Amino acid sequence: MLDNLLLFVQFPPLAVDVVVNGLLIGAIFALAAYGMALVWGVLNIVNVVQGELVVLGGYVTFLLVQWGMPPLIGVPVSAIVMFGVGWVLYRAIVFRVVDKDIFISILATFGLAILIQQLANLSFGADVRSVDAGLGSLHFLDGMVTVAWVKLIAFVLALVAGASLWFFLRHARLGQAIRATAQNPRAARILGIDTARVYATTYALNAALCGAAGSLAVMAWTIHPYMGLPYTVRSFMVVVVAGVGNVGAVVAAGLGLGALENVAGFVLGTEFQIAFVFALMVTILVWRHLRAARRREHLK
Amino acid sequence: MRKGLFSGIFLGLALLAGPAAADDPGVIRLGAAVSLTGKYSSNGAFTRKGYDLAVEKINAAGGVTVSGKPYLLQIIYYDDESTPARGAQLVERLIQQDKVQFVLGPYSSGLTEAIAPVTEKYGVPMVEANGAAISLFRKNYRYLFAVLSTTDEYLRGAVDIAARLSGDPSKLRVAMAFENDPFSQDVREGVLADMKRHGMKAVVDDKLPPELNDMSATLSKVKALRPDLLLISGHDKGASLAIRQMADQRVNVPMLALTHCDSARIAENFGPAAEYALCAAQWASTLTYEDDLFGSASDYARLYEETYGEVAPYQAAESSAAVQVYADAFARANSLDPEDVRQALTETAMMTFYGRIEFDETGKNVAKPMVLFQMQDGKYVVVYPEEFAEAKIRWPTPPWGER
Repeated sequence: MLDNLLLFVQFPPLAVDVVVNGLLIGAIFALAAYGMALVWGVLNIVNVVQGELVVLGGYVTFLLVQWGMPPLIGVPVSAIVMFGVGWVLYRAIVFRVVDKDIFISILATFGLAILIQQLANLSFGADVRSVDAGLGSLHFLDGMVTVAWVKLIAFVLALVAGASLWFFLRHARLGQAIRATAQNPRAARILGIDTARVYATTYALNAALCGAAGSLAVMAWTIHPYMGLPYTVRSFMVVVVAGVGNVGAVVAAGLGLGALENVAGFVLGTEFQIAFVFALMVTILVWRHLRAARRREHLK
Repeated sequence: MRKGLFSGIFLGLALLAGPAAADDPGVIRLGAAVSLTGKYSSNGAFTRKGYDLAVEKINAAGGVTVSGKPYLLQIIYYDDESTPARGAQLVERLIQQDKVQFVLGPYSSGLTEAIAPVTEKYGVPMVEANGAAISLFRKNYRYLFAVLSTTDEYLRGAVDIAARLSGDPSKLRVAMAFENDPFSQDVREGVLADMKRHGMKAVVDDKLPPELNDMSATLSKVKALRPDLLLISGHDKGASLAIRQMADQRVNVPMLALTHCDSARIAENFGPAAEYALCAAQWASTLTYEDDLFGSASDYARLYEETYGEVAPYQAAESSAAVQVYADAFARANSLDPEDVRQALTETAMMTFYGRIEFDETGKNVAKPMVLFQMQDGKYVVVYPEEFAEAKIRWPTPPWGER
């Protein structure tokens, strides 16, 4: 551990490389986490199938490239296809658990996750898939800092998606309806909002965000049918830290998580990378609990 | 009633042969639980195709003669769903209900590990072709026989080549990234033993998590420390990620050796980025091994490709060899008693298209070396062991700027 820290001192550009790569990874987590925050906030569902939606998005891009399309087209196409998939999933299954207890929704989406994993395995095989975007990478400081173009695009796209989501929720009619439904579904229904449609759109929008994230993931890394869990866990964690109502906080938490995770993987060794993520989550939850308790104390 | 039940349960070949064949005196039934669904489904399918191909070939050549009477081979398959507990259950069922007395192995060490205690309990031999974990052969199993090289052998060849190419092996610096699972840790153990012998130094020794989706932290370390040799083992995803991210991050190492790059199809998926990589494999179709049944290794590969329309993976080749080992043992034992067949198996000494097969007292094949491929101009070319090599190794790998 100490010698890994010493490496940072010996090669300062290395620290930049690790942090920058971490931030770029974080952008893809952030993209999937927006969706989770949205669904959690509006439908009050913890969407455990999040990672599988990401993986499916990756497969859409993979298939497109197999059919000879340029990889980057995959990002919008995956988003659109997954919007459809999300809509169907909602209409078929998820709507049944919307106003149920949160544990029922966790179980239902968990079951859905297993189903999608197996279906993906049946249709695409268990092989590890990857798409070469053919964009190469940028390198600075004598090759010590490298940034793959794909990851850079992912980063910009995540920020753009975040900004448009914020704008959409604030100013678009449907966005306002979504926020109104999130605040009080009953009142929204009384005021003439078709909440069933709002829910379906929200869920589909989430799937679309996951689709875009998956498309980027298959270009930057690899996917296989059982790859979903890391994305679900990270999205969950980002939302737990950032809260459900704040797009900016989700971006910050996503990027922060990516950077911290990468630094931890470097310093502690890769085997502790995921352990670090969970330890961090527990620490944050405990800290929040203590802070909330103090506030309650204060109010008494 | 019994008939109906059986045909409902049996899959594949067993179904074609029909339940009536079960009591036919001219048939030797072998049983296998392989992964047809779940995470090992691709490799499970290779295993099964390998078994099937050998059975077809042996039956076409007249089957096996035991005490003057010809027998045809038949395999009863079950799908273990890639779960060890299910595999153990199914083998119990093969032995107890289907009265199978000879078991063929599943795919993966984990499943073999789950099944071995069952075959041991009933005194039924198991010849397996896809469980290479060294731990399997430290439990004093009497009925377990493996045709493949054990996991600790996988990357030893790379250490050996590196030592030979460098003037002074004790100056070599090695970076290792091995998944934290029994397979890759066995590979690491074998490598460490050889490194110690040569006095090489480990500068990076990372354990990759099983849910690995990014290797950039490890690769950054490698970039800074500039080792002479980088060794990576993390199944298909480890190999794919390593090739993808080494190109993206422009990590320069003179020699890179991996496991699983053929099953991860790095040549097909990554093209020039995979060039120069060394890949450990149990078998290659370009080796000069030969036998009477299949002919040479390349004959086998051609037959496999004609039959299944895909390139022959080593998982299929070793599976075929396992069936050959059984056929050979039946003939030599001249008996179908499991105990006699076990005795014959221990005395196996045969050459196959897959390599020489001789079992030591723990049941592992000690006669066949691992091979190393190198990616040269988009093709997998055998470069190690040198007596079977097609071409010389291209070394050192030029930096990314000059490729």
